[in-house]
Amino acid sequence: MAKLEVPETVKDKAAAEPGNPVFDVRDVSTYYGNFKAVKNVSLTIHENEVTAFIGPSGCGKTTVLRTLNRMNDLIPGARVEGDITYRGQSLYAKQVSPTAVRRRIGMVFQKANPFPKSIYDNVAYGPRINGIRKKSDLDGIVERSLKQAALWDEVKNRLNKSALGMSGGQQQRLCIARTLAVEPDVVLMDEPCSALDPIATGRIEDLMQEIKSQYTIVIVTHNMQQATRVSDRTAFYSVERNEESDTRTGVLVEYDQTAKIFENPSNPLTGDYVTGRMG
Amino acid sequence: MTQTGPAATAGPSPLTERRGFGDRGFQALALIAGLLVLVVLVLIAVSTAQQSVSWFSTSGLNGIFSTHWDPASNRFGAMAFVYGTVISSVIAIIIAVPISIGVSLLLTQVVPGKIARPIVYVIDLLAVVPSVVWGLWGILVLAPWLQGIYGSISSGVNGIPVLDSLFGGPSTDGSSFFTAGIVLAIMVTPIITSLAREVIATVPAIDKEGAYALGATRWEMIRGAVWPHSQGGVVGAVLVGFGRAMGETMAAALVIGASAQVTSHLFYTGYSIPAVIANQFGEAAGTMRSALIGLGLFLFAITIVINLVARGIVERSARRARGA
Ligand SMILES: Nc1ncnc2c1ncn2[C@@H]1O[C@H](COP(=O)(O)OP(=O)(O)OP(=O)(O)O)[C@@H](O)[C@H]1O
Ligand SMILES: [Mg+2]
Repeated sequence: MAKLEVPETVKDKAAAEPGNPVFDVRDVSTYYGNFKAVKNVSLTIHENEVTAFIGPSGCGKTTVLRTLNRMNDLIPGARVEGDITYRGQSLYAKQVSPTAVRRRIGMVFQKANPFPKSIYDNVAYGPRINGIRKKSDLDGIVERSLKQAALWDEVKNRLNKSALGMSGGQQQRLCIARTLAVEPDVVLMDEPCSALDPIATGRIEDLMQEIKSQYTIVIVTHNMQQATRVSDRTAFYSVERNEESDTRTGVLVEYDQTAKIFENPSNPLTGDYVTGRMG
Repeated sequence: MTQTGPAATAGPSPLTERRGFGDRGFQALALIAGLLVLVVLVLIAVSTAQQSVSWFSTSGLNGIFSTHWDPASNRFGAMAFVYGTVISSVIAIIIAVPISIGVSLLLTQVVPGKIARPIVYVIDLLAVVPSVVWGLWGILVLAPWLQGIYGSISSGVNGIPVLDSLFGGPSTDGSSFFTAGIVLAIMVTPIITSLAREVIATVPAIDKEGAYALGATRWEMIRGAVWPHSQGGVVGAVLVGFGRAMGETMAAALVIGASAQVTSHLFYTGYSIPAVIANQFGEAAGTMRSALIGLGLFLFAITIVINLVARGIVERSARRARGA
């Protein structure tokens, strides 16, 4: 497999001065019970950039992503060591409320998971739990969010129909709209296109480009081309096997501008992975 | 030209269906079993209807749909029993539903599995306590205790418009519509809890995470993700409990008070269909016997209607959830 070309526009943007740091991850290890899933991850995620997480299955991409909005708090036994600061505040400090964190840092999942409610109620759910009750306000938010997610034209006449009657690609864009409706600061996406066809994938990629001026995006992907198309920076993770204890732990191998990772990686492991010789 | 090749050879083509004997045998067995249940149900309905014909013919519609039950003067009105059955069951459901749903949400969404399991075990055990035991407990322990409480509530609401006609005195020995409702609530709570818990436990984790990822608290997550998923099943569970409460015999017979009357006063004694059948069928003869069998038919009809409604609600919400 040949080296992937990184589009010039993306290259220039990342080469220019990086945005303000949003997340500062320092020496983070995440455990599930006694199992150390990832260890010693350090990286900085910048404002208004798309950061891609790539790496072989089981290397801990999802795990790291879920530590960024404290979703792993929901898994019994999951535990984080090290420091994560979000806009200068320690994310795991005692007084920090995980629900407040998740209102600022939204998440889109691999499998579209709309609520079994109408399209309208799906998008309005987040604003409603934030205390917005006025119909006219909600109408505005629903329309704006669905437009941002490039879904408005397809669904504007069936807002009161169940979301479960939509196609997979539409459902995934609805989940993005639902996330954008609470106006988060960061959007985390865990393989959002893995169940979608190329056209639906293209729509979501365009959408990411359009919204990244307002949001900071972190995306996990198994699709190298996708990483080169959408991301400014890429983090490559891999699995370290410990022969003695027969365990596998995820490690961050290399984190840099996407162009660098794909065209001139510093670590030979990265080069092997992105050119398809490993993984 | 003659055709050659595999298509011409005799015997089944690899694409025709070949169903084993076991497969067909099982299907036939299932069909027969299903039909048998249906036939038995129809037979029960027909034979009880036959037995109650003399009630219908001697009392007439007006007689049946009256509240006047007096075997000595040959008056066999059914409505006091229908009323008592429905009222005590409604009271039971009003008490049992919030508790059942609360407990099943607690057990599935809040309490970790290790602690929830023994609690579930105890609740399931409560469901198998024989109803006569609940009835005895109701009449020996609960009713005397409630008597005092009823008395003070009655004097408290004395003169207040609506409340007085619901909770006003004079108090009895503690048996009443309300006491029956409480005992029935205790009996159906484990059933509703256990059905509702099973439904709620099937809500996919990914749906719950969807709500959490928007910053929902646990309660908001339950309302947004768990409830729309399970409302149909929970309504079904509640109606199953309602049906059970209406058909309950021994417990109701012991604590409802055995007086056939229709009154808004919930602390008064009443009667229910299963209770009157249990209490009076032994000495009944002639029209009275026929009337008691007819009451059984009434109960049968009411429970069937409730079950059909339940099924309708469950199916409609399942359809809505699927996106139709
Ligand atoms: N809830 C959990 N409980 C226990 N172990 C888990 C849990 N979730 C993930 N793991 C383990 O943590 C490690 C990293 O998993 P993770 O899901 O983060 O990998 P990933 O890089 O996202 O993989 P994929 O590309 O297949 O999604 C794996 O060994 C996995 O088995
Ligand atoms: Mg993953």
